Amino acid sequence: MTNDNIERHVLAVLVDNEPGVLARVVGLFSGRGYNIESLTVATVSEDDSASRINLVTSGTPMIIEQIKAQLERLVPVQKVNDLTEEGPHVENEFALIKIKNSGPERREALRIADIFRARVVDTAVESFVFSLTGSPEKIASFLDLMRNLGEVEIARSGVVAIKRGKKTVIET
Amino acid sequence: MSDNIMSGADIVIKALADQGVEVIFGYPGGAVLPLYDAIFKQNSIRHILVRHEQGAVHMAEGYARSTGKVGVVLVTSGPGATNAVTGLTDALMDSVPLICLTGQVPTHLIGNDAFQEADTTGITRPCTKHNYLVKHVDELSGVMHEAFEVAKSGRPGPVVIDLPKDVQFAESKYLSPEEISQRHYFDKVTGDSEKISEAIELIATAKKPIFYIGGGCINSGTAACKAIADLVRITGYPATTTLMGLGAIPSSSPQWLGMLGMHGTYEANLAMHGCDVMIAVGARFDDRVTGRIDAFSPNSKKIHIDIDPSSINKNVPVEIPIIGDVGEVLSQMLKIWDQKAPNVDSKALKKWWSEIDDWRAVNCLKYDQGHEPNDTIKPQYAIERLYELTKDKETFITTEVGQHQMWAAQFYKFEKPNHWMTSGGLGTMGYGLPSAIGVQVAHPKSLVIDIAGEGSTMMNIQELGTMAQYNLPVKVFIINNEWLGMVRQWQELLHGGRYAESYSAGLPDFIKLAESYGMTGMRATHPDEVDDVIRRMVDEPGPVIADIVVSKEENCFPMIPGGAAHNEILLGLNESQEQTQSEDGMVLV
Repeated sequence: MTNDNIERHVLAVLVDNEPGVLARVVGLFSGRGYNIESLTVATVSEDDSASRINLVTSGTPMIIEQIKAQLERLVPVQKVNDLTEEGPHVENEFALIKIKNSGPERREALRIADIFRARVVDTAVESFVFSLTGSPEKIASFLDLMRNLGEVEIARSGVVAIKRGKKTVIET
Repeated sequence: MSDNIMSGADIVIKALADQGVEVIFGYPGGAVLPLYDAIFKQNSIRHILVRHEQGAVHMAEGYARSTGKVGVVLVTSGPGATNAVTGLTDALMDSVPLICLTGQVPTHLIGNDAFQEADTTGITRPCTKHNYLVKHVDELSGVMHEAFEVAKSGRPGPVVIDLPKDVQFAESKYLSPEEISQRHYFDKVTGDSEKISEAIELIATAKKPIFYIGGGCINSGTAACKAIADLVRITGYPATTTLMGLGAIPSSSPQWLGMLGMHGTYEANLAMHGCDVMIAVGARFDDRVTGRIDAFSPNSKKIHIDIDPSSINKNVPVEIPIIGDVGEVLSQMLKIWDQKAPNVDSKALKKWWSEIDDWRAVNCLKYDQGHEPNDTIKPQYAIERLYELTKDKETFITTEVGQHQMWAAQFYKFEKPNHWMTSGGLGTMGYGLPSAIGVQVAHPKSLVIDIAGEGSTMMNIQELGTMAQYNLPVKVFIINNEWLGMVRQWQELLHGGRYAESYSAGLPDFIKLAESYGMTGMRATHPDEVDDVIRRMVDEPGPVIADIVVSKEENCFPMIPGGAAHNEILLGLNESQEQTQSEDGMVLV
């Protein structure tokens, strides 16, 4: 019957840029008990009339199908693309990470940042702020290492994703 | 009025008129006074003054469901809007097209906790198909017309338009529906022809088929109902309808097995359980229909026709989904069926029908009505007599929620769609009386009966005032057992007969209550009085409350207990069956 395999899906949802549209999307997820692992939103059209919501969710295939159908029912939703299903895509996330430490741990933090190609965007006597872009996994492993080296504060953007190749979400 | 410049309030009324609205159900208040002023100054739209905003929404539902048009509600800000929420949720669950205009505090006060302010769009977001807050009068014409499109297109539903008071006063140019550019919102209407061919193939080769017909068929329109009746007749297959689908095909059809589901017939539920091909038409596999989901119709291939893609594969995976308007898809199917003229497996069908006939012979709806002096009225008898004595008239039935609702569904038979109004999805007690008022407003000459329980009746009893004010000849037929009967039944069956808070003392004398509103009240306490009371009630030109005092302990059967499968249906209560429900089932409502 129901498939118990929980799958992670990245959705790109194009919406009319109007008040309340994010509340509709978020309310749908909370009201129906769906998961949101990450969600970002910004306008993407030249005239600011459309926004793109990048949403990472998880569930059984039946639930994922429901989520997409329910999203498409919302009046301000123009298009729902399931990037996970539609083929190869690039996922990226941006993070700002502050670490408080001193002495040899401070040097080690810089060395790891170098390996991960994180940039130092702020430095003080007992802290750094790194900026890092990459897959969610890359950011997670960077954070794992940093947490050993001092007290860490994290600001993450959540996942943004786009299809590989010349096709846009509008065309599929 | 040059260049169609007018106030926001006038724009609203003009847009309603251009959308063909004839009547509004509403209640005034501070934030909608400009709209009421605009109503006062015109004659094309009638206003019905209700007694409570919930009543207004149910009236609009009754109006919409009995006419196929969009129902319109007008309420004020704050409490006006929050009182409408139950009705809006009811309309969303049962897919009823409504426009609900709510007043709002002026835009500069929004967010200030102003007097009678509520975040109406926030509160109604999960209980509407869509909602709008109109912050500028220039958007108003567009929003009004788009709202009607959203309410009635696809799977219909309620739409709220929140109107700040300053927007109602401000002036702008009125734009007609033709001058508005529609946005991307649209629904798929015609079905995928490949899927339809596959479906025809499966239907034609079925050995134990069944049609499972829901309210979507009625929403789609009379043409859809005619098409499904034709398809059922041509194939010779059995058909069952949901609570919301009653009347989609004539109940006089010998192929109709009655309603299915928790209180559906034995034959309908066992046929669903045993079928090999199920054709679901505008139905949504609701938990009241399926029973235990992992034991639901285990050996069948399923075809599901629905306009709402989110209804497909929601509860039950189906082999052939067809997304589209039920009426459109059925006419596509009929055309292909005519061309191909497939030979159905008549030998297998004959065997299937003989199985069904055995189930039918169980006579699952039987009850014993004694006529001795000490005998009380059985509720089933009262409703069966009501049906017999009103079936030859153009009769509309509404119900409240509970035992009487299920008995009405079992014993009142419908030949046509749009004559049965009940709260199916939300199960809203207090639905029937205001809904009947809405039906009567739409059909002033027809017989409109609210088959009610005394508990539900009390939930919107204030609407008797609306009936009285407009002299609407609604008949309120109360199956009075003094108990919240369905609660009592579950307590008897599942909670060891501990009747916690399910008896209502302090009921009014319904005859005196009717008389106090200038209506006619009547009562039957013995089976032999039932026919006489029904005849007098029907002959009475004005509104009537008929208090039918029935036996208190009667239970509604058949019953599929929560968490049970179709083939675990109970026909009655044996002493050994007192606790029939599994632990898992107990937690289900």
